[in-house]
Amino acid sequence: MAETLLFNALREAIDEEMARDPSVFVLGEDVGHYGGSYKVTKDLYKKYGELRVLDTPIAENSFTGMAVGAAMTGLRPIIEGMNMGFLLLAFNQIANNAGMLRYTSGGNYKIPMVIRGPGGVGRQLGAEHSQRLEAYFQGVPGLKLVACSTPYNAKGLLKAAIRDDNPILFFEHVLLYNLKENLPDEEYVLPLDKAELVRKGKDVTILTYSRMRHHVMAAVKTLEKEGYDPEVIDLISLKPLDFDTIGESIRKTHRVIIVEECMKSGGIGAELTASINDRLFDELDAPVLRLSSQDIPTPYNGTLENLTIVQPPQIVEAVQKMVALRV
Amino acid sequence: MMQERAIPTLPSIAPITREEGLRLYEDMVLGRFFEDKCAEMYYRGKMFGFVHLYNGQEAVSTGVIQSMRPGEDYVCSTYRDHVHALSVGVPARNVMAELFGKATGCSKGRGGSMHLFSAEHKLLGGYAFIGEGIPVALGAAFQSKYRREVMGDASADQVTAAFFGDGTTNNGQFFECLNMAALWSLPIIFVVENNKWAIGMAHERATSQPEIYKKASVFGMPGIEVDGMDVLAVRTVAQEAVARARAGEGPTLIECLTYRFRGHSLADPDELRSKTEKELWLARDPIKKLANYLIDKQLTDAEELKAIDHHIQEVIDDAVKFAQESPEPDASELYRFVFAEDE
Ligand SMILES: Cc1ncc(C[n+]2csc(CCOP(=O)(O)OP(=O)(O)O)c2C)c(N)n1
Ligand SMILES: [Mg+2]
Repeated sequence: MAETLLFNALREAIDEEMARDPSVFVLGEDVGHYGGSYKVTKDLYKKYGELRVLDTPIAENSFTGMAVGAAMTGLRPIIEGMNMGFLLLAFNQIANNAGMLRYTSGGNYKIPMVIRGPGGVGRQLGAEHSQRLEAYFQGVPGLKLVACSTPYNAKGLLKAAIRDDNPILFFEHVLLYNLKENLPDEEYVLPLDKAELVRKGKDVTILTYSRMRHHVMAAVKTLEKEGYDPEVIDLISLKPLDFDTIGESIRKTHRVIIVEECMKSGGIGAELTASINDRLFDELDAPVLRLSSQDIPTPYNGTLENLTIVQPPQIVEAVQKMVALRV
Repeated sequence: MMQERAIPTLPSIAPITREEGLRLYEDMVLGRFFEDKCAEMYYRGKMFGFVHLYNGQEAVSTGVIQSMRPGEDYVCSTYRDHVHALSVGVPARNVMAELFGKATGCSKGRGGSMHLFSAEHKLLGGYAFIGEGIPVALGAAFQSKYRREVMGDASADQVTAAFFGDGTTNNGQFFECLNMAALWSLPIIFVVENNKWAIGMAHERATSQPEIYKKASVFGMPGIEVDGMDVLAVRTVAQEAVARARAGEGPTLIECLTYRFRGHSLADPDELRSKTEKELWLARDPIKKLANYLIDKQLTDAEELKAIDHHIQEVIDDAVKFAQESPEPDASELYRFVFAEDE
């Protein structure tokens, strides 16, 4: 066991996969000499050379399309979005090409690629650097969306994503890179399509992902003292959703609270709510409750920013109310 | 009508054998007849969507692709992709079946006219959004270099050709990819099919520097203009560019001055282009030009060319028959191919 920071867990995943498979390469802005904006690829170019850790010009749509072409012809690119928000410039290449091309080509081509990088609301980064792209991309067929939240799952999931033959958007959170955890010395790979049961409980099912998992666990500390017993599930796979795990939990608790950092309109929670209503309506004792970010550009001011995203006390209150409905 | 650009001439053209000449002729006729049949089938309600025909531009597809190793080198197209697909060797049957939306189509009926693909023939695809194929082609070219230099595969000397129009050269992806191709010395050829129009936008109204080939120089890349109605000229220029790319000496931009003989798509009323302009270019028909050359040089005679025409007409008729008789995609396979696991 070695104590590892999340960004280093990601680095280990990339390093191990590059050592294992020569067709794996990294490209993006400042991934080489600079080591990546959050040091995920630090010094890898020294080990693997400049073609395998390719510093690209600032040309998001073109280097993303280039990765699609490389993937179609048998390589396994990992794109680092310096900030995931910048990949809005590559929306076309991610949606039309990475996402849809296998289908449109009638199965002629596979696109094994990972698009990863930092996103989410950081500390006063302003609206453009505080984006949650998962909501925008969840409507694109053919893409898988994965969000990591701990050093352990970051490493195991990224390794799986690199090995997967589909295009995967891999979401990291700017405020989680310095989380520490003891990681196993032996190699491990985690399934991309399985949600993680973070805390077993019986009162209510809390569905969350990425940084909000940690807000939820902060709230759970308070709730435990008050005698509540919530079940916490980290979705991990935002698309497709793991309805085996989600369904099993809801059949037990009959209550659902979704805690997410993306905006409420058209967010992951919106899709989740609709799907739960479609599949498990009869199991519910109360309407699904969504705690999401406000539908506004994330403000710079710290107080306003805090008001924009969900805070632990709101989660505590939501659980109290939801459980009270039972009586 | 703007003053026409002077037709560029080459100091000399690459020598050509009788067999090569006939192959070029056959390839161009295949493209022409195929497209004529598409128009007929479209108006008869056999194919749908936006269908962009290539009539008039055949010398570009044939001149470039027949200078490559079709089926081994990579080709990336646009929505105007039927003839590129035929030139790389996708059978007319499978292209026609795709346009009919049939299960036997080269994209299994999922793609349609603007999305022809064939991994087997190294056709990277038809792309319906302008410009998006250029980076994909760049990726294939990067892959060749990567295989050679990183994976030690000495046989990875494939060249990639990216085809696109004049209008597309005003898009960022054009400039971004020229930059990266030159920066990393990638084995790619950028083939601009300058047919003077982007739907209804005249080239001169869209760009501050209409001579597209000149844009290569700022990237330190050779840029060449060529008569896109002369397959032998295109071929000469393409052969040089392919050789340079294959030798690891980097990319080339080729601007082919050409013209489409039909509207932008079969849905386009084609009202903006003047009669004089159309007549001028129609008189420069690339197929007739090649036929005259071959006869002139006594490499063939009218009789032999007529026999080729006849044979190609049979190929086209057979393709239509095949498409008509092919099954629809199975409705139970609606979801097939969304993910890599679906073979
Ligand atoms: C991104 C994008 N914007 C607009 C269109 C609509 N469109 C289709 S073809 C075309 C003109 C392209 O002209 P050019 O590049 O010269 O190619 P040509 O059609 O002449 O072969 C336009 C604007 C598109 N397909 N994609
Ligand atoms: Mg044009």
